[in-house]
Amino acid sequence: MENIIAPENLVYKKPTLLNDTDMHYCPGCSHGVVHKLIAEVIEEMGIEEKAVGVSPVGCAVFAYKYIDIDWQEAAHGRAPAIATAIKRLWPDHLVFTYQGDGDLACIGTAETIHALNRGENIAIIFINNAIYGMTGGQMAPTTLMGMKTATCPYGRQADLHGYPLKITEIAATLEGTCFVSRQSVHSVAAIRKAKRAIRQAFENSVNRRGSSLVEIVSTCSSGWKKTPIEANQWMEEHMFEYYHLGDLKSL
Amino acid sequence: MNITTMAEQEILLMKGNEAVAHAAIRCGCDGYFGYPITPQSEILETLAAEKPWETTGMVVLQAESEVASINMLYGGGGAGKRVMTSSSSPGVALMQEGLAYMAGAEIPGLIVNVQRGGPGLGTIQPSQGDYFQATRGGGNGDYYLIVLAPSSVQEMADFVDLSFELAFKYRIPVMMLSDGVIGQVMEKVILPPFKPRRTEEEILHQCPWATTGRRGGHPINVITSLELQPEAMEKHNIHLQAKYDEIRKNEVRVEETLIEDAEYLIVAFGSAARIAQKSIDDLRAQGIRVGLLRPITLWPFPYNRIRELSASMKGILTFEINAGQMVEDVRLAVEGRTPVCHYGKMGGIVPTPDEVCQQLISNFNIK
Repeated sequence: MENIIAPENLVYKKPTLLNDTDMHYCPGCSHGVVHKLIAEVIEEMGIEEKAVGVSPVGCAVFAYKYIDIDWQEAAHGRAPAIATAIKRLWPDHLVFTYQGDGDLACIGTAETIHALNRGENIAIIFINNAIYGMTGGQMAPTTLMGMKTATCPYGRQADLHGYPLKITEIAATLEGTCFVSRQSVHSVAAIRKAKRAIRQAFENSVNRRGSSLVEIVSTCSSGWKKTPIEANQWMEEHMFEYYHLGDLKSL
Repeated sequence: MNITTMAEQEILLMKGNEAVAHAAIRCGCDGYFGYPITPQSEILETLAAEKPWETTGMVVLQAESEVASINMLYGGGGAGKRVMTSSSSPGVALMQEGLAYMAGAEIPGLIVNVQRGGPGLGTIQPSQGDYFQATRGGGNGDYYLIVLAPSSVQEMADFVDLSFELAFKYRIPVMMLSDGVIGQVMEKVILPPFKPRRTEEEILHQCPWATTGRRGGHPINVITSLELQPEAMEKHNIHLQAKYDEIRKNEVRVEETLIEDAEYLIVAFGSAARIAQKSIDDLRAQGIRVGLLRPITLWPFPYNRIRELSASMKGILTFEINAGQMVEDVRLAVEGRTPVCHYGKMGGIVPTPDEVCQQLISNFNIK
């Protein structure tokens, strides 16, 4: 058996940019998988010396603790403005933001729309789990109709709360975006597709082809009060019905 | 005519706002991010007309809001670049969140506030009503900005480079607290000599903390104001306070006029100090021995110098174009050694030199 452990037999390894710090994410959360994909893509592109990430306020606030590149931690919603300046001032760099639904589609809507509309050469990775995870499960702009959260305990209703925001669809209509895609990481096949989309977005940033947005429809088993397996099933049954997976725009 | 290519020592006539823009291009500024608001829009307009991206490579961007502008400063300054924004009072109010984050994360940057009257939307006329906001830290937490108060178009030009030097020396946001008078008035100015933008190598050398990418296995840099461990957060705050003490020790700047034999003192900054210049001349002509102290740094404030002078003064008049804000600092400095009174107007009214003279005479019963 011992002979099996040899470099030529290695079929999978943790990307070296993903360090050994214990992640604070809950079991079943999609963040860890997406972090790994980002680390893999940066490593495969060989651009760790020119990569700058901007982390959000929300569950991914500590993204900078896990991926060994330079990071800036943004005020809530402001990551696209911060990334705008970094990319304009260091135009050869890969500059990306990593944001949740509250950060990107609620408090930071203006920064998101305008950075994308200006065609800033940045990549935005958007984690949409339809809930505020970090603060304990409150309603998000992307919370589905009828879905229960701490601040819509009887379910989201249009007359009280308005409708779930499809900001990725809006992004696809903007002249400044060159690549807009919605993916998920609930299966091996989905993870591979998500990785391809992240790679495309990152290459667009480096090659200054315009703005890219990759939404990852994600689970929040703690916020949804489900086991990790149930959360994945619930996402497939409900989230994908409203948030259709696939490329919305690829120029 | 391209002003920026003219002879360096040539005397030009321009607005304070225009001088800021030309000085920025000349002193190696890497990026300007701003949103239009009266009475300072000429700064962005001048930069847009000058197209420095074609000459020095300076980035000029009209942002979607002041909130975005200040966060662009966070990003650019955090990446080691000389970046600036400008706005006026209500716009600067919007920036307070970002300023607190910059202070916490120790990010250098320049914010020019060409003040107008408030509160709220207020007026587009000049005011010095943002003194408290600028000197007390308008955002959350224990922090200060370095605050420079230009009182002429020349200082609008000269303080741009000074602000960047201080900002990078101490890793702190620096505010130029100007007002609608200084921003809009046209005066003679000699623009600063050209200074090239720092090279990539110079930035990597001077800003080892910046998020420039991990060149050659450089340790990871993270720009953040967040720390959940109270012990670590306390340590960071103690570090910030030690830095502020260092700035208090090194960077107080004042201008004194006719102080030597003065029995009365006027304390005024920015455009009010320009008005008071005329007042002290007129008062001297009447035989009243009065001097003028103009704080150039509003933070750090010249407490020690005012305390020293207060011992030999019969009275101190603080003159500001507001309801009386800096007067609180003057009283803190004087500690009751001599009477201190305030004169000022609000709502965009700019007092005349005569009014200041009358106030001094009547407040201190000068016969």
